[in-house]
Amino acid sequence: MSVMSEARQAAGRRSLWQNELARGVILQILAAAIVLALTVFFVHNTTVNLAKRGIASGFGFLDGTAGFDISISLIPYTLQSSIGRAFLVGLMNTLLVSVIGVVLATLIGFVVGVARLSRNFLIAKLAAAYVDIIRNIPLLAQIIFWYFGVLASLPGVRQSLDFLNLKLLFLNTRGLYMPAPILQPGFWIIPAALVVGLIAAFFVRRWAHRRQELTGQQFPTFWTGLALIIGLPLLVGLVAGFHITFSLPMLKGFNFSGGMVVLPEFVAILLALSIYTGAFIAEIVRGGVQAISHGQTEAAYALGLRPSQTTRLVILPQALRIIVPPLTSQFLNLTKNSSLAVVIGYPELVSVFMGTVLNQTGQAVEVIAITMGVYLSISLVISALMNWYNRRIALVER
Amino acid sequence: MADIATRHSPGSHPDLPPPASEVGVIGWLRRNLFSSPANTVLTLVALYLLYLIIPPLVDWAIISANWGPGTSRAACTKSGACWTMIRARFGLLMYGFYPLDQRWRVDLTFLLQFATMAVLLIEKVPYKKQSAIFLFVIYPVIAFILLYGGFGLPVVETSQWGGLMLTLVLSTTGIVASLPIGILLALGRRSALPVMRLLCISFIEFVRGVPLISVLFMASVVFPLFLPEGMNFDKLLRALVGITLFSAAYIAEVIRGGLQAIPKGQYEGAMSLGLNYWKMNTFIILPQALRISIPGIVNSFIGLFMDTTLVLIVGQIELLGMAQSSARDPNWLGTINTALAFVSIVYFTFCFSMSRYSQYLERKLHRGHKR
Repeated sequence: MSVMSEARQAAGRRSLWQNELARGVILQILAAAIVLALTVFFVHNTTVNLAKRGIASGFGFLDGTAGFDISISLIPYTLQSSIGRAFLVGLMNTLLVSVIGVVLATLIGFVVGVARLSRNFLIAKLAAAYVDIIRNIPLLAQIIFWYFGVLASLPGVRQSLDFLNLKLLFLNTRGLYMPAPILQPGFWIIPAALVVGLIAAFFVRRWAHRRQELTGQQFPTFWTGLALIIGLPLLVGLVAGFHITFSLPMLKGFNFSGGMVVLPEFVAILLALSIYTGAFIAEIVRGGVQAISHGQTEAAYALGLRPSQTTRLVILPQALRIIVPPLTSQFLNLTKNSSLAVVIGYPELVSVFMGTVLNQTGQAVEVIAITMGVYLSISLVISALMNWYNRRIALVER
Repeated sequence: MADIATRHSPGSHPDLPPPASEVGVIGWLRRNLFSSPANTVLTLVALYLLYLIIPPLVDWAIISANWGPGTSRAACTKSGACWTMIRARFGLLMYGFYPLDQRWRVDLTFLLQFATMAVLLIEKVPYKKQSAIFLFVIYPVIAFILLYGGFGLPVVETSQWGGLMLTLVLSTTGIVASLPIGILLALGRRSALPVMRLLCISFIEFVRGVPLISVLFMASVVFPLFLPEGMNFDKLLRALVGITLFSAAYIAEVIRGGLQAIPKGQYEGAMSLGLNYWKMNTFIILPQALRISIPGIVNSFIGLFMDTTLVLIVGQIELLGMAQSSARDPNWLGTINTALAFVSIVYFTFCFSMSRYSQYLERKLHRGHKR
């Protein structure tokens, strides 16, 4: 490269344009100038336009009273709350559906991906059909289907479906009603026991690992860990009492009181997102597992590993290396796709902020900047986490 | 048994046929469905699932569906799908509010497009180069005049466009426009010029980090604020620009993957022949890189095709929007599932054929160097 450019420079300095270095500099200055000019042009126009409409720029509007209702809120929210609080509610709703959706989609994806590789003809074809059909129908159509097609056709409140006639779970057009836990003062001991169990399981695992490396003796780490993490809180609860009561949903008049309700908007967007993204993850999982050469399995069997150990210790760690990067982008896609919930009125960030707040205040530039900034930060955080994980499991080469 | 042994000397016995349980239908069933108890359970579960899904679906969509003509929901007397609605609304679903007497223009436009695409995509048909030039240079002008008007044709405003026609306009234009932009962005991202690289990286990462809805909202709500008073673009054009730029960023990343797979020797070889940057990329690097990235590019196109549904959120009524508003019509209340089934079938046909074609291309292109 450098030899080339030197030769070129020596050959002709007739004009700046024929000098590679000068040409590069000129081009870059030109590009930067165009971008800068466009930015100035846009900013100027926006200021003029906003001034004409009497909209003050700045983030002061966040302190104003919202005055609109939000159907689903994880934090206390009333009509008198500030717009900033409405923003928080929207953000938390987005995160809620994304986090649960990511977990569900990963589960569906791994099950279906492995099912596609099954030697059972029916199972493999069923999984393949699922993937092909779901991936080729727009997500928006699927969201509308779950909300207007399925959940809207559920029975009304008075004819609620009662799960197993237990009077605990009720399903109707207004959502899924279920018992709500109410924590009593002494409850803190259960999470404390859970934390102790987690720490103990971590140290047992370290100790068992070290002992196996030194002596070759194995220790049932998994079952011990399970006993510590689940058993310890249970035991503590049995001894000291759980200090928890449930409020049950009861049909009173025309609606249920007590308990808690999962609204159909949430169920619809969650189902649509996890089923849609699950199909993509299934393809990624299948590709990852298929990319591991069969020699790896054979070598593991030759060393005397059992099939479960082969999968866990040989195939999966290598397949994960291939699976993780595209999996990350699917997680990000799911988070971004949760914004489609605007069509069914699930109050996530875009619908609360870009929809309602934008219409109400007219602060278009600030609203769009904040919303895009939030998605960009979520993207950056998830990719940073996944890059860290990816580096940890990366192949260590000589 | 005994007499068989007497008739043949040792080693000369003809091969016996394999046991009946190992070949034919029974053998296949045993190997693939009932090879172990666990496998048998899985098979039974799968059969039960199929039993749960297939008969009701067939019943709903075909057996107890309403096929006859009609003007309102009352015409759908049976319990299944109300295809009557699709029949009554077919014109709207296909053309939107495009004037009835002008619809031949839409037909002609897409007939031309599909014919040229067939010539391009089917391997054995000659005139590839000519039809490519026609499709990418001459056809867009013809399509614009045919659809919008001018040269003696009455003007049809874009607000009257809708249905499948709008979906196809959005996706075709998006695909044709986003590929060159994507190539330029990918080249810029790998450029030796730091300012170019920075600009391209920031654009790509920004666009890939935000949802398409926010880009569309920006194009439809905020963009008019950016322009001086009186200067404005068509609403459809703004949505189209948003979709194109969005998809270009994704295509740029796919092509970057292809560029990264080109060995350094190719660059050095091209430079040692004295080719400059553009000649090197046009004749040596891009032909190889694009070939590698074809499956990814087609996947992006499928994504773009499905993403066009999002324009309904900013008020453009494409196929899905038209189907939804048809089902909301007071005459046709309660036909949302039929409407969605129709939309799904249309999208599935387009996307599935695109993905199959890309798989075929992948197999064809890999023939040489896949072990």
